[in-house]
Amino acid sequence: MTTVDNGVNVQALLDARGVLKDAPDAAQFTWRATSTWRNGVHSTTRIQNFFGLGQEQSHKSETVFDADHPAVFAAEDNGITPIEYLLVGLASCLTAGVASVAQNRGIQLRSVESTVEGQHDIRGILGVDSDVRNGFNDIKVTFTIDADASQQEIEALVAQSQKRSAVFDALTNPTNVTVAVA
Amino acid sequence: MPSPTPPTSPSRSPEEGRAIERVTTVVLGAGHAGLAASHYLRDRAIDHVVLERGEVANSWRRERWESLRLLTPNWQSRLPGHHYDGPDRDGYMTMNEVVRFIEQFAAVSRAPVRTGTAVTSVRRVDEGYQLATSGGPIRCRAVVIATGACNQPVVPSLRDAVPASVTQLTPFDYRWPDLLPDGGVLVVGASATGVQLADELRRSGRPVVLSVGEHVRLPRTYRGRDVLWWMDASGVWDQRHDEVDDLDRARRLPSPQLIGSPERRTLDLDALSASGVELVGRLAGVRDGRALFSGGLRNVVALADLKMERLLDTFDEWARGDGAAEPPERFAPTRVPDPARLQLDLTRGEIRTIVWATGFRPDYRWLDVPVLDGKGRLKHDGGVVDSPGLYALGLPLLRRRRSTFIHGIEDDARAVIDHLAGYLAARP
Repeated sequence: MTTVDNGVNVQALLDARGVLKDAPDAAQFTWRATSTWRNGVHSTTRIQNFFGLGQEQSHKSETVFDADHPAVFAAEDNGITPIEYLLVGLASCLTAGVASVAQNRGIQLRSVESTVEGQHDIRGILGVDSDVRNGFNDIKVTFTIDADASQQEIEALVAQSQKRSAVFDALTNPTNVTVAVA
Repeated sequence: MPSPTPPTSPSRSPEEGRAIERVTTVVLGAGHAGLAASHYLRDRAIDHVVLERGEVANSWRRERWESLRLLTPNWQSRLPGHHYDGPDRDGYMTMNEVVRFIEQFAAVSRAPVRTGTAVTSVRRVDEGYQLATSGGPIRCRAVVIATGACNQPVVPSLRDAVPASVTQLTPFDYRWPDLLPDGGVLVVGASATGVQLADELRRSGRPVVLSVGEHVRLPRTYRGRDVLWWMDASGVWDQRHDEVDDLDRARRLPSPQLIGSPERRTLDLDALSASGVELVGRLAGVRDGRALFSGGLRNVVALADLKMERLLDTFDEWARGDGAAEPPERFAPTRVPDPARLQLDLTRGEIRTIVWATGFRPDYRWLDVPVLDGKGRLKHDGGVVDSPGLYALGLPLLRRRRSTFIHGIEDDARAVIDHLAGYLAARP
């Protein structure tokens, strides 16, 4: 008998689910980022600390993200655009979900590739036409998965990963957002 | 075997100064579940009464819309010692027929039903339970809760953000389309209730938008037979509650997209789209008078298509080599609008009514015994509640998948009353 190993500690996740079922307070997480304007439309955002399981937590190191705009926007291109970070979040969240669900279902993955395309009509942000929205008008994710599983099982992996995805939910459903000046 | 208990007799309780009736077992609710419990209690000569707030089969009489028919075919309408014996075995009972069927069962089994008796409290006392009822207090050793799983419609709190110009209805308020204002209807929820009401309202000539979250797609017939015949025959419905991977989730499974109609038609999302119903994603919020729908419609539809295919695979596997059956069928993936609308302005008059087909829950406000979980659901193991002498019947997947349906009650009631009898016998 072969052991399926996608590198996901599913038992830990299942244990956490069992514990948090009776401890909803511990399940409340706060994710944080701090951002600093550099110059032009270039900014730097740092992420290290977050709150969860009832206490302050920390990544093992700080990560720094540069966001800017490309030359066609007459900018210096010190980093990807903010809306591209949403694609990073969506792709990585769905991929993590595929790996976790596969592990839980005993499916060995060999490779998981995906491409994400967000359709964006920039007339919205430029104020050209008030009927055009600012954000993406359509996002398409295409997975190519090599695994010990039927096509139907692979489709079910991808469907289930959307069902349990934080970023898929954040992009598809409205969220209350408050922006204040300190 | 417990010995027959003495007949009910009033006695005085010094603490309350009024007659407290004593009876060995009280059954709450005279629907199919309570009456089935009574059937087996009588078999075992256990003294009992069945208390009913209204009439026999009350919720089938008062809490259903006019056109509703059972989802199960007539031949599946079986109760202990009582079954459908009319000419239309493959048909589906109307509500009047269901009421008659359950009334006949009550008469045949000579159930000791007290109608018009509301129970306002059940609490634990020394040797059992004390009930406050509209007919006076009752003390008993065992209680069977058979008050049903659908006592109250569940409506999300975002109903409060809906503009006052829009009429809001639950399935309990709905009887037939003419009761609604003219104009468009937003039906929220695409389980059996939601798809049936969307269909009926669309046929009344109204524009209908259907908000679709996770759902269960089923064809009405498969390989020439009712899909519920397959569930029954292939053993899917035999799965026990302690064999189900995620019981909590399985018990909350939305009812399948089915309708009982004389022509045995399929009522899935494609059928609704074909009749002009507009599909949108799950209702995620109402902000500034606008309904906001999830952009995840395509995924919930894909999940339902995949689950249906797996179920049909199970049927085919079970039927392999059955030359008599018609060949396997596969159904096209559900079509969704491209793009589906993400917003709908509720202040413009396009939508005049919202129908909340967002599920039902039981009502246990009268139950003063700490046996509910954090979500207000009854904690039980196959109908044996975690309080001595307290039992439940007639809940989804109580002991088996079959429990959710009328004909599931026979095995459940027999097993639960067996346990109850053992409990009484061990403490004479």
